[in-house]
Amino acid sequence: MPSIAKPIATHPSLQRNELGLTIRDYEGSMSTLCAGCGHDSVTAAVVRALWEMSLQPHMLAKMSGIGCSSKTPAYFVNGAHGFNSAHGRMPTITTGAAAANRELTYIGVSGDGDSLSIGIGHMCHAIRRNVKMVYLIENNGVYGLTKGQFSASADVGSKSKRGEANRMSPIDPVMLALSIGATFVARSFSGDKEQLVPILKAAFAHRGLALVDVVSPCVTFNDHEGSTKSYLYTRRHEARATESDYVPKATEILAELNGDGVTSVTMHDGSVLRFRTVPAGYDPTDRQRVMAYLQERQAKGEVVTGVLYLDETVPDLHEMNNTPEIPLTEVAYEKLCPGAEALNKLQEEYR
Amino acid sequence: MQPNSSGSVNDFAIKLANVNGTGSASANGLLMQAIFRMGIPVSGKNLFPSNIQGLPTWYEIRVNDEGHTARAINYDLMVAMNSQTYGRDIKEVRQGGYVLYDSSWPLDKSLYRDDVNFMPIPFAQMCNERFKDARARTLMKNVAYAGALVATLEIDMHTVEALLDERFAGKKALRDSNLQALKIGYDYAKEHFNCPLPFHLQPMDANGDKVLIDGNTATALGCVYAGATVAAWYPITPATSVMDAFKEFCEKYRRDPETERNNYCIIQAEDELAAIGMVIGASWNGARAFTSTAGPGISLMNELLGLAYYSEIPAVVIDVQRVGPSTGMPTRTQQADLLSCAYASHGDTKHILLFPANPAECFEFAVKSFDLAERFQTPVIMMSDLDIGMNDWVVPRLTWDDSYRPDRGRVLNEADLKEMPKYFRYSNEDENFVAPRTLPGVAAKGAYVTRGSGHNKFGGYTETPSEYQEVLDRLAKKHAAAADFVPGPKMQMVDKAQYGVVTLGGCDLAVREAIGALAEQGINLDYQRVCGFPFANSIETFLNQHEYNFVVEQNRDGQLSSLLTLETGVEKKKIRPVLFYGGFPLSASQVVEAIQGQLEK
Repeated sequence: MPSIAKPIATHPSLQRNELGLTIRDYEGSMSTLCAGCGHDSVTAAVVRALWEMSLQPHMLAKMSGIGCSSKTPAYFVNGAHGFNSAHGRMPTITTGAAAANRELTYIGVSGDGDSLSIGIGHMCHAIRRNVKMVYLIENNGVYGLTKGQFSASADVGSKSKRGEANRMSPIDPVMLALSIGATFVARSFSGDKEQLVPILKAAFAHRGLALVDVVSPCVTFNDHEGSTKSYLYTRRHEARATESDYVPKATEILAELNGDGVTSVTMHDGSVLRFRTVPAGYDPTDRQRVMAYLQERQAKGEVVTGVLYLDETVPDLHEMNNTPEIPLTEVAYEKLCPGAEALNKLQEEYR
Repeated sequence: MQPNSSGSVNDFAIKLANVNGTGSASANGLLMQAIFRMGIPVSGKNLFPSNIQGLPTWYEIRVNDEGHTARAINYDLMVAMNSQTYGRDIKEVRQGGYVLYDSSWPLDKSLYRDDVNFMPIPFAQMCNERFKDARARTLMKNVAYAGALVATLEIDMHTVEALLDERFAGKKALRDSNLQALKIGYDYAKEHFNCPLPFHLQPMDANGDKVLIDGNTATALGCVYAGATVAAWYPITPATSVMDAFKEFCEKYRRDPETERNNYCIIQAEDELAAIGMVIGASWNGARAFTSTAGPGISLMNELLGLAYYSEIPAVVIDVQRVGPSTGMPTRTQQADLLSCAYASHGDTKHILLFPANPAECFEFAVKSFDLAERFQTPVIMMSDLDIGMNDWVVPRLTWDDSYRPDRGRVLNEADLKEMPKYFRYSNEDENFVAPRTLPGVAAKGAYVTRGSGHNKFGGYTETPSEYQEVLDRLAKKHAAAADFVPGPKMQMVDKAQYGVVTLGGCDLAVREAIGALAEQGINLDYQRVCGFPFANSIETFLNQHEYNFVVEQNRDGQLSSLLTLETGVEKKKIRPVLFYGGFPLSASQVVEAIQGQLEK
């Protein structure tokens, strides 16, 4: 994962967040991805979301597997530890990390190869465990680093750069996640930062695992005519299901949320996610109807975006395991070791 | 005809042939525990099938007043309760031995031997008369044969009754029916046979305050005492009971009395790839974390063991070895993962291995595994096996020093970081070639990207040969430095021994007994048991001291022999592999025979 150090250029006019940090403080090394890569736009959205959230940089853990998308954690928040692990295994490592230290904010950046082929089992089980993390899939339908093979998210009929058509049915991470009980499912488009930033902020506020599938075109291998993950195709076929507006905990605006067509959901941390649903009657808390709606639109060739589904009532990994409120790494050893006397007493049962 | 039997007190072996899933394990355990409480050295080996119900299963009990409790394969008494295996079971009894069998149905005439004594007891018939429920009839047959053994072997009845009281405390009906069944067998044997048999038991005081415990339970206790908080695993025989026991102990000791929260997190993973991934993630964050598995799991964990090795993250793996290759024989024992663990993963990798020989060492070495993993920032694999892990062993009482504190290795805190001009992950190594690490969530100054891709000593990505090699060379030196920290070899030296015997793990008892037996024949051998890898210098010294060395281990390919040849300077001709790999625990007579055979060549 080559990266180039980026010169820090701050300007006094740069806006500061609650911590007094500018958006530059949330940046990472210079990207080495291809010019115009959708992933760089996603990185920019992550940087903005984290800056707006005023997260302490060192309280973020940036997790990834292997692939173009997995390189991107080096390109944001230099002050945070990153873990560029092994292909497909990011969810397992994040699960263990989250189990050990619940105080960190976890973002796992993955791609369609990483999450929908080699690591699909791990992704599914991380969803089932409801590990508190933002699980970002930068989805471009293609293997970039190995130069242009179809990924499992390539649509039937989608053409590779060489003109070869994919004939196998795609795996849609959104439908897959919904079918196995995901508690936060969103889809966005790398070219739409206005939509992506609030989605990411809501995802970070979610009680458990927030899956964010971002269509992120590969300019080198999958942005040609015949591709269904290109900028042009996505722009033409995007259909918004919800317009979301993330309202931080500190801002008390609950009273405003009762207008027509607006749904509000209080997130686990007390913040509020306010939706304006675009199609009449779309209810992002009704799993069955969401799935039916998505399938119906998908059949028409539309890419539905927005916070598509949300359930704040399901306990996360820590709640399910009844772990302490402090990180397990901070429980004093004296509390972990039963001591000599207990060992002696216990052994009376082994006589 | 009444063949001669030699009479020996507290020195014999019995084998019990049962059908699995019928409750025999409980009765067999009861007998073993009663003998243990009589103060007599004893061992019990469960030879069971990979099946839940209906297949043949055996249990062997050996008593030996001199403390030799490796498996004995010369049976004085066979308790034949499984008609499917009558043929081979009856054949296995030594000349002049005894066969106790269920005579509710006639024994096929072809099975009779005139050089052994048959003791027919109509267990099924008697139990059918006394018990109504079908399940009870099956279960109680086992307790009834236990009763017959109490009479014929002079097992202390009060001890057995006390055990039943403990097992069925608060369940009077169960206790009473068990006692009734026990008496059925006991009375019948007393009435129909000369009790006791020539070989039988007499109370001793050899067990002191020793305990009867299996290695998986002791391993789990070690993990609790070491302060492990995150455990991830995938169910697999014979390692499953490690996590079962860990959970049980955590429920007992780790529930915070004030908050009622669990000071632990156990995750049943989707596979072994995930289990080791979770361990690495938790350790990266500074928790003590482990997984327990067997050979097939090690195969799957290879990928991420390489990641942990290269990115220098502690990880503790408990490998309870079973018979390979592939699925192999899941309920049989072997030591055949040595090479695949020593060099697990692609590329140049080497791991720290510990080889406990019994449950007491499982406890001690489990704690040691965490200290070594954190000190050397690398995976440590503790290599137990099915025999150690799943059988009950009589071992010295486990002890604990309350002044113990975990060795967390080199971890920088915020204050340490403040004093440094700049932090680089793989720089500033100590005398053991370990560079200090930082934990996420401490300070932005300590932040870096952990990666399995090529990196330089600063932690940055590299594809430059010299930068890459610099880190890789340090890793080799770091691994070598661990030789002084792993448990050293256990030796037993005699005067003027021409040859040495080297072994590891659960072969210990059988090999030491064999050395004693060979000494009686005038063959003097030095003994060395390897307890860890990388090898301490004393291992090479021992090998060079002898004309040649018998290396006794339980695998086909002589994996310890290979490892010794590769990793010490010893000449290959000094190594004579002595190999057993059928899947049952080793017995001294097998070792004696093999060494004699080689000496005669």
